[in-house]
Amino acid sequence: MATKASRSAARVMMAPAVVLLLGWMLVPLIMTLWFSFRTYLPLRGGDQGWTGFDNYVRFVTSSSFWPAISTTLVLLIGVLAITIICGVLLAILLDQPMWGQGAVRILVIAPFFVMPTVSALVWKNMFMDPTNGLLAHLWRFFGADSVSWLSDVPMLSLIMIVSWQWLPFATLILLTAIQSLDGEQMEAAEMDGASVLSRFFYIALPHLSRAITIVILIQTIFLLAIFAEIFVTTGGAFGTRTLSYLIFQRVLESQNIGLGSAGGVYAIILANIVAIFLMRIVGKNLD
Amino acid sequence: MGQITLENVTKSFGETQVIPPLDLDIQDGEFTVFVGPSGCGKSTLLRLIAGLEDITSGTIRIDGTDATDIPPAKRGLAMVFQSYALYPHMSVRKNIAFPMRMAGIDAAEQERRIEQAAAALNLTDYLDRRPGQLSGGQRQRVAIGRAIVREPAAFLFDEPLSNLDAALRVGMRLEISELHKRLATTMIYVTHDQVEAMTMADKIVVLRAGHIEQVGSPLELYRNPRNTFVAGFIGSPKMNLIEGEEAARNDAHTLGIRPEHIDVSATEGAWHGKVGVAEHLGSDTFFHVHETGLAETITVRAPGEVNFRHGDTIYMTPRSEQLHRFGADGLRIG
Ligand SMILES: Nc1ncnc2c1ncn2[C@@H]1O[C@H](COP(=O)(O)OP(=O)(O)O)[C@@H](O)[C@H]1O
Ligand SMILES: [Mg+2]
Repeated sequence: MATKASRSAARVMMAPAVVLLLGWMLVPLIMTLWFSFRTYLPLRGGDQGWTGFDNYVRFVTSSSFWPAISTTLVLLIGVLAITIICGVLLAILLDQPMWGQGAVRILVIAPFFVMPTVSALVWKNMFMDPTNGLLAHLWRFFGADSVSWLSDVPMLSLIMIVSWQWLPFATLILLTAIQSLDGEQMEAAEMDGASVLSRFFYIALPHLSRAITIVILIQTIFLLAIFAEIFVTTGGAFGTRTLSYLIFQRVLESQNIGLGSAGGVYAIILANIVAIFLMRIVGKNLD
Repeated sequence: MGQITLENVTKSFGETQVIPPLDLDIQDGEFTVFVGPSGCGKSTLLRLIAGLEDITSGTIRIDGTDATDIPPAKRGLAMVFQSYALYPHMSVRKNIAFPMRMAGIDAAEQERRIEQAAAALNLTDYLDRRPGQLSGGQRQRVAIGRAIVREPAAFLFDEPLSNLDAALRVGMRLEISELHKRLATTMIYVTHDQVEAMTMADKIVVLRAGHIEQVGSPLELYRNPRNTFVAGFIGSPKMNLIEGEEAARNDAHTLGIRPEHIDVSATEGAWHGKVGVAEHLGSDTFFHVHETGLAETITVRAPGEVNFRHGDTIYMTPRSEQLHRFGADGLRIG
């Protein structure tokens, strides 16, 4: 990539991809921005012209806005915490030599291949159903009253479902990171008098920080847009309405595209704030 | 104090026995070098002493107390690894402080020992850098610094210089020897390089396939190798080992003569052959001689000014008092 010729050749060859990607991202973004400044009610008169910042003001002042933001953040932080803590532990466990290692690893990764809609339905009907669910049977076996998971502890249930889906991803990334940890470093720490816990906190965890950063960033992007899991379980009831779900309701249930688009712009801003914030925190580890 | 005794120590990985029963005594303050070809079990032996591997049977004593079941951290030994094994996310200062931090030594004392070690190892200017920002030689010094501050009963080195370039290796060799003289602490040093062994050791332990072939000072091993393996391993270039008629005439199965104990001439001598490759070192020249009827190649050392060309006939006379005679079992005779 050093010579002038190879650089311009590279530019020519990358151009189609860049143009395609730009179009892919820019067209929807510009359309969202465009609609967010218009009154657009498909079933009640269609596109009725400019409204300035009305949509933005209405979206924020609506009583559902702040609860939706906090729901989004609770879901995000809950899932991140569970997937990273359990992911680190699982990765350490899977790194130990054991019988049937290959099969166990595939089993651990399997949930990632199940479509979100399907896994949410499986959880809802097979595990969390208050009368027929496995969890209900388990509770009753121990003499407890079965829990109506999705209405009594809706956020917890949702966090469990989403964590179950994302744990394999976190585990996989963290496992590859753990496998690259130099065995002699651990032995050196052992000789230096570090206990198992100290070795974990002083050697293994710092070694994993880069992988943890990657897991956080990638998961954040996807978790902010979680939709199917809410749609098929609670339908946004019981305080599980996240920002993306609220936008969906504004556009499709209220048939107000302008208002939904304004919400979409807020979602973009929120995603960027969260991303910058997270990169700041973990960026210190990325030297 | 750092007196280490191995009694009947064995080590097996699964079915394969890497260390057959082995006894060894290392005196306090001694610089002991384990030397042997790759895969002969040097590292394994060192790791058994360190406690990083459990011994299969036998006893390890450190300063007279049975240390067989004592965990590595409690044995009072410090180890320097081949890969240095520095903690990459910690500064040099934190790396060196780590063992003291784990031992709960108070901050002022930590600081004092770090300053002292850094001064001794020329690391004072690098204390706030990360290991990734240091050269190989500096990383090596940090690893040694981390070992020193623990004030261990003995230092264990596993091929610490093998990742360094030749010039640096010679320098670090001197520094480690210097350190040993200053601290007078027991050091066990593993290497496959017999030059390192010869130049650094008080006592060399020659290993082959987990067996101790010979233990002795560098000059003892050089003068009186116990068998053909040690004879061929110690000394550079290697001792010439001659079998057949010439050996039989000397009542031996194998006759050994070092290149530096053969006199050369262009006109007369006991043996003769054709000069192959000549290696000119300036001070000395090594000739590889073929077609001698004794062995495939005979290596001889001549003063730097002696010159033979490729294909010339060369006459060689071994100094009879420097001949080593070995029996059919490989053991030294007389
Ligand atoms: N953890 C292990 N499992 C099985 N075999 C091993 C293990 N460590 C070393 N060995 C074997 O033991 C022998 C000696 O190894 P090592 O002590 O590393 O040799 P050296 O350091 O002298 O090169 C080798 O044949 C090696 O394959
Ligand atoms: Mg080794």
